[in-house]
Amino acid sequence: MVDKLNHDGSIIAVEHVNFFYGTFKALTDIHMLFKKNAVTALIGPSGCGKSTLLRLLNRMNDLIDGTRVEGRVYFEGLNMYDPNIDPVEIRKKIGMVFQKPNPFPKSIYNNIVYGPKLTGMNNKNDLNALVEKTLKQSVLWDEVKDILDQSALRLSGGQQQRLCIARALAMNPDVLLMDEPTSALDPISTAKIEELIDELKTDYTIIIVTHNMQQAARVSDETGFFYLGKLIEYNETKKIFTKPDLKQTEDYITGRFG
Amino acid sequence: MKWRYFKQHLFFWIVKASIALIALSLGGLLVYIFVHGFSALSWDFLTEPPRDAMTKGGIMPAILGTFYLMTGAIIVALPLGVMSAVYLSEYSKQNRILRTIRIGINCLAGVPSVVFGLFGLGLFVVYLKFGSSILSGSLTLGILILPTIIGASEEALKSVPQTFREASLALGVSKWQTIYRIVLPNALPGILTGSILGLGRAAGETAPIMFTAAAFFTAKLPTSIFDEVMALPYHIYVLATAGTRIEETRPIQYGTALVLIALVLGIDLIAILFRSYMRRRKSW
Amino acid sequence: MTRTTKEKIIKAVFFVIAATSVIILGMIVISLFREAVPIFRVASIKDFIFGNEWYPTYDPPSFGIWPLIVGSLIVTLCSTVIAVPIGVLSAIYISELANPFLKEILKPIIELLAGLPSVVLGFFGMVVLAPWLQETFDLPTGLNIVNASLMLSLMAIPTISSISEDALYAVPQEFKEASYALGATKYETIVRVIVPAALSGISTAVILGMARAIGETMVVLMVAGGAAAIPDSLFDSVRPMPASIAAEMGETPFGSNHYHALFGIAVVLFFLTLAFNLVADYIANKYKQTGSATL
Repeated sequence: MVDKLNHDGSIIAVEHVNFFYGTFKALTDIHMLFKKNAVTALIGPSGCGKSTLLRLLNRMNDLIDGTRVEGRVYFEGLNMYDPNIDPVEIRKKIGMVFQKPNPFPKSIYNNIVYGPKLTGMNNKNDLNALVEKTLKQSVLWDEVKDILDQSALRLSGGQQQRLCIARALAMNPDVLLMDEPTSALDPISTAKIEELIDELKTDYTIIIVTHNMQQAARVSDETGFFYLGKLIEYNETKKIFTKPDLKQTEDYITGRFG
Repeated sequence: MKWRYFKQHLFFWIVKASIALIALSLGGLLVYIFVHGFSALSWDFLTEPPRDAMTKGGIMPAILGTFYLMTGAIIVALPLGVMSAVYLSEYSKQNRILRTIRIGINCLAGVPSVVFGLFGLGLFVVYLKFGSSILSGSLTLGILILPTIIGASEEALKSVPQTFREASLALGVSKWQTIYRIVLPNALPGILTGSILGLGRAAGETAPIMFTAAAFFTAKLPTSIFDEVMALPYHIYVLATAGTRIEETRPIQYGTALVLIALVLGIDLIAILFRSYMRRRKSW
Repeated sequence: MTRTTKEKIIKAVFFVIAATSVIILGMIVISLFREAVPIFRVASIKDFIFGNEWYPTYDPPSFGIWPLIVGSLIVTLCSTVIAVPIGVLSAIYISELANPFLKEILKPIIELLAGLPSVVLGFFGMVVLAPWLQETFDLPTGLNIVNASLMLSLMAIPTISSISEDALYAVPQEFKEASYALGATKYETIVRVIVPAALSGISTAVILGMARAIGETMVVLMVAGGAAAIPDSLFDSVRPMPASIAAEMGETPFGSNHYHALFGIAVVLFFLTLAFNLVADYIANKYKQTGSATL
């Protein structure tokens, strides 16, 4: 296979990736480009491999015993699965927001400065400014500016998730991976997060896994549809949701299966 | 139908009797020792050395010796135990090496205490020439409680939610920093509980220190870790079994037993209360 | 130094530390054997283990530890007979019948019992149980198999109870619900469904309880009576292996045949408990409970 992808305008390129949990093949020959400063949605029924792919993009799957990756994943032209690449460096540039909000059992302030402090940022003023900046970016500042020393676990679920976004932004990543970020939240919090995603895409590349068809249609520019570990169709969101190329995609989107 | 419920009643009755039996034996034993030991207790008993060939005076050197030994044991076991647990819980993969280590720890936990005593005698006292001393005794007791500390620490580490690790690693924080900054601090209460329980165990053991540290009587208090010490459990044993004045020293035996029980069960109780307090406070 | 090298070094250090337990276990075996081997130049392995006469200080001495082995086995067996029903039933009570409040109280009680120093149990057996047994049954001594077994069972009960309770607790709720849905009573559910499902865990508990009893020193040293002879009745005195080691080690000259023989006993004792532990480990792994609880 020589069809090397043309990387122009893209930030991440996945080339012929197969992924195994033990002997189970979770992803088959995935081949796709992620556009810079765009929101890409990954959709598909449970177990289709979309979350697996997402976790592959910042090497979080390394943490699971007995997994194996074939193929290449380029981030800004570098193969992140090259043996010389330190996954820690990759994860600094590619942040992640999880399905369930997972703040540390620390204060709001310390949640945000945790990462930056460990990477050598120690100036108190810089840290304060960073906390303010990221909390404003994640539209949480007004709600928490007076309680920064309070435990993050006392925030509501929606607030916690926005804090986790702020925490990821504090590392100044290029890409933000979001694994069903609103699935544990109420509708109002969900709306807030969706608004936030729309604002963030001017500065960041966002890749979001979602179960929610409307959400994918609302927030994303590109959409990839996965089924049984394969990328079935990958197109502009508008096209996928109006006239998809494949019958299978249409069936899924219109709710005939999945 | 009646028969079925009769059987059930009978069974529940037997089950309740068995638990009552346990509670009664523990309670009866404690009350008995308390009643008989209480009259021997006095400020002098706790602060004076023995006098008149052990038939009079106090048990201060034994209290002090036990304190030294359990402190020494925890100094030996805590770092080794916590670090072993970190490896098992955070680094190791499911493979044969891990399995071997696990079996090793389980078997170490099952080694009879008198065998630890002989091992300590052979290795620390004789071979390494530490003599019968605080050092030999602490090392022996430390090895004895090592599996307890490992087990408790591992459980504590495992109870830290995986999501905390993921959150930290996803920020581009290295594995070691994640362990050091997130996992260990959150596992600390559990590790502490396990260590306190290990401390109690070390305080109450007799056989491991018989040949490695404990002395029947020392004229002076220990001045270095190479000195022999008196210890509460050994003191009870020798007074109750050796010599011609067993009946005469009975009050001292009861008193010493009471002090030892109070010390060991007090330590255990602190650990249990601390654990339930932390559980209630835990927010995740 | 790059971060990846640093991380690798950290991991290696932790590995070495984690391996200490195995290394110590190896050192225990080696040091026991090193001191035990000389006795087999005096007595053959067969005479040592199956010899009926333990007269290590006579002239000529005789190093047969069979009475000690029998002593160990008999007190272990008797204490197991007492401790297993009480331990398992108490576990059933705590896991299946007690309300949360009682559970909060009973579990610590079991833990405290486990924490009782063995020397205190031995002492209690000596000063309370022994005189009572002697008087009630009109015996020459109250320091005998019955006394030792009773006190040992107090040591084995917490082990059996807490491990059994874990096993019972791990039985999936679905099993219980399925049984109730079929119209079974609570008793039938416990006896027919829950206990069988937890059987491997309970077996592990029993074996570990026995291992605890066979290796326990202070109790048998203080209350078993110390007679190195094969007993005829449960009211006879015995001299279990740990008691023999603990009692004689202090009085035997370093490096003598007697000294080596005591290490020989320790080797036998070590491998006996090792066997118990390996069997427990094997059962626990082989019959890992399945069902949704493990998913």
